[in-house]
Amino acid sequence: MLHTFIAYVEDKPGVLTRVASLFRRLNINIVSLTVGHSERSGISRMTIVANPPDHAGDRAPDRIRASLYKLEDVIEVDDIGKAPNVTRELALIKVAATAHNRSHIFELAEVFRARIVDLAPESLMIEITGVESKIEGLIQVLNETEDRVLEVCRSGKMTMRRGKHSSGVLKAMGIGNEAAPKPEMAPDNFADNI
Amino acid sequence: MTSLNEKDNDAHLNNTTRLTGAEILWATLVGEGIHEVFGYPGGAILPVYDALRKFPIRHILVRHEQGASHMADGYARASGKVGVAIATSGPGATNLVTGIATAMMDSIPMVCITGQVSSKVLGSDAFQEVDITGITLPITKHNFLVTRPEDIAPAVRHAFQIAKSGRPGPVLVDITKDAQQNSAIFDFEGAKPKPYTPHPMLSVLETSLQEAAGLIRNAQRPVILAGHGILQSNAGEQIRTLAERMQIPVGTTLLGLGAFPASHPLNLGMMGMHGESWVNDAIQQADLLIACGMRFDDRVIGTATTYAVNAKKIHIEIDPAEINKNIQADVALIGDLRQVLEQLLPLLPGRDGAAWLNSIAASKGDAAVRDIKNLPDNGHLYAAHVMHDLWRITEGKAIVATDVGQHQMWEAQYYRHDYPRTLITSGGLGTMGFALPAGIGAKVACPDKEVWIIAGDGGFQMTACELATIAQEKLNVNIAIINNGYLGMVRQWQEFFYEKNYESTPLVSPDFVKLADAHGIPGLAVRTRADLESAVQTARSHPGAFLLNFLVEQEDSVYPMIPSGAALHEMIRRPEYTPGHNPLLERPEDQ
Repeated sequence: MLHTFIAYVEDKPGVLTRVASLFRRLNINIVSLTVGHSERSGISRMTIVANPPDHAGDRAPDRIRASLYKLEDVIEVDDIGKAPNVTRELALIKVAATAHNRSHIFELAEVFRARIVDLAPESLMIEITGVESKIEGLIQVLNETEDRVLEVCRSGKMTMRRGKHSSGVLKAMGIGNEAAPKPEMAPDNFADNI
Repeated sequence: MTSLNEKDNDAHLNNTTRLTGAEILWATLVGEGIHEVFGYPGGAILPVYDALRKFPIRHILVRHEQGASHMADGYARASGKVGVAIATSGPGATNLVTGIATAMMDSIPMVCITGQVSSKVLGSDAFQEVDITGITLPITKHNFLVTRPEDIAPAVRHAFQIAKSGRPGPVLVDITKDAQQNSAIFDFEGAKPKPYTPHPMLSVLETSLQEAAGLIRNAQRPVILAGHGILQSNAGEQIRTLAERMQIPVGTTLLGLGAFPASHPLNLGMMGMHGESWVNDAIQQADLLIACGMRFDDRVIGTATTYAVNAKKIHIEIDPAEINKNIQADVALIGDLRQVLEQLLPLLPGRDGAAWLNSIAASKGDAAVRDIKNLPDNGHLYAAHVMHDLWRITEGKAIVATDVGQHQMWEAQYYRHDYPRTLITSGGLGTMGFALPAGIGAKVACPDKEVWIIAGDGGFQMTACELATIAQEKLNVNIAIINNGYLGMVRQWQEFFYEKNYESTPLVSPDFVKLADAHGIPGLAVRTRADLESAVQTARSHPGAFLLNFLVEQEDSVYPMIPSGAALHEMIRRPEYTPGHNPLLERPEDQ
């Protein structure tokens, strides 16, 4: 079963290797991994979608989270689990198209709420954001309409919990209240899950 | 640039001084309380060695870098302090790897310093360049690549903090040659790492404590599983209180030997693959297991699905990643063992455990008659005799460093460890060649203690070059080789599971006594039990190192044994010796 983690990590050389190597060592496949700057300076945010083997059972997510925390450069780990969240992926798709057959791709893009971001005599580029199935839907339609898809570049998933704000966001916005309980620092429910 | 007076001043700790990176390294080690390091020089670490004479640090020159990492490991196990190993780049660094992995598996605090090619040529496949931070990534708690002299002190201080804190482990600091040569302001205080933040998933909830206490109070057949964590968190006294007050028997893991006195009436002995039958039977029959600082290793549990199926499990452990890894816990108390026990003990007023203890005592029955008494005294020497007599003669007070294999298990069974940190052995990784260097490290850490290095004829030859280190450092260690002419444990597996196909296990070895003699170390060969005691006493009374080559029964096996993948109660038991054919000969001292 796919499982999504958010990890805040130090923005240093080698951190990505350390995180990726941990999954490799645990023999768990990383399905998708996105990294970028977070709201905190010097700290990157990773969205990791992993596929623990079935025999690892329900315990795998806790163990992955605990193991991630053991890495010196990992600051915070959130296990999304089934919590309400927004998950998006970005894709750039280059399609072979000439002046003669462009128009129906424009229509398709509109249906999928995608944008055309580059146009050349023999090709055009579509930018699409959305959940995985939406992106796959567009690619499938393009293939079925015999438009030749030349290149696909997908970002991998980015996930953010709904509602729950990380302490860092509030701090960055200058409305952080140190006295207020920070969600991440709340008593851990790990032991209760056992 | 301020130069330091040789060997004697600590001024560099108090003043901010401009030093070379190499000097900063030594000054930082001094500041961290290090007096001994184990190492081997080479091109990329030469600036560091050049600066060594200015600092009050004893450098033990090893013969192979694997020896350096095992010595630092043995030093740490014997003393509880952080061990330090130093090597050059490339092959020097890769030779450390086995020792680092050994320390990682057994959670040993260790800092390894490696030289690296200059930062300008990093990544160019320069002479003796290797990506050692990449190589050691999965076998260290953390590692650092340092390319500037001003980063050395903070990295090394941080390395010490990481190595010691939480669940301890090895840390590697790779320092480029130009960082060693260039200079920077040294500020020991300023290089202090940020305060240690414990793992965020540590969790000792009041409700969990209450639940654990309730389980312990109401258990009919509880067993304490005593692991290495007791030594690591210094919780020997708390475990003893728990066992005595609640009258709970204690089984120990291999690395837990010595954490609870072997002679204590509540101590059942070692559990697991070569544990005694009554320990494993008690665990299988238990209705409650209190796991203290142990990780349910596969050598301890047999198979997870058949392990103590009727028992509730309380798991007290500092590493949250160990909870539910192999065995599902009913109550998890995730924190420092001693602190958890101090919170738990007030909730435990006392308990009558007589019925359960009596039932275990009854199950001991004949099994309690140890091998030592069952073995035919037909003039042959058995390894069990050696271990038993060593224990008796040293009164169980020696530090014993063992290698891996049959002799390791015999030592665990027959040398009764009453004192913490008296057994130095590679448990998790099972590293052959560990005993000799680890014993050297232990002797350097504890010069006043008697140290016995016990190795098989196979493992001894993996690191036998360190005999020269013993000679050069004039270390008074005793070496016992349990020589059966085979890679004994592998031979035993071939006997049990591969139809006695002794492929590549018979071993032709040098004359170990002559080998020792070539190093200026005297030795004796011992062939019969009658010669055993006087030989051991000769070794003990000799003022320097001494080697005993025990020529033991060649095809003896370690019993009991749980075959890999079997359940804990499915042991291969000791063969019966028929009285008459093999007259049992008990001696009064075998009691």
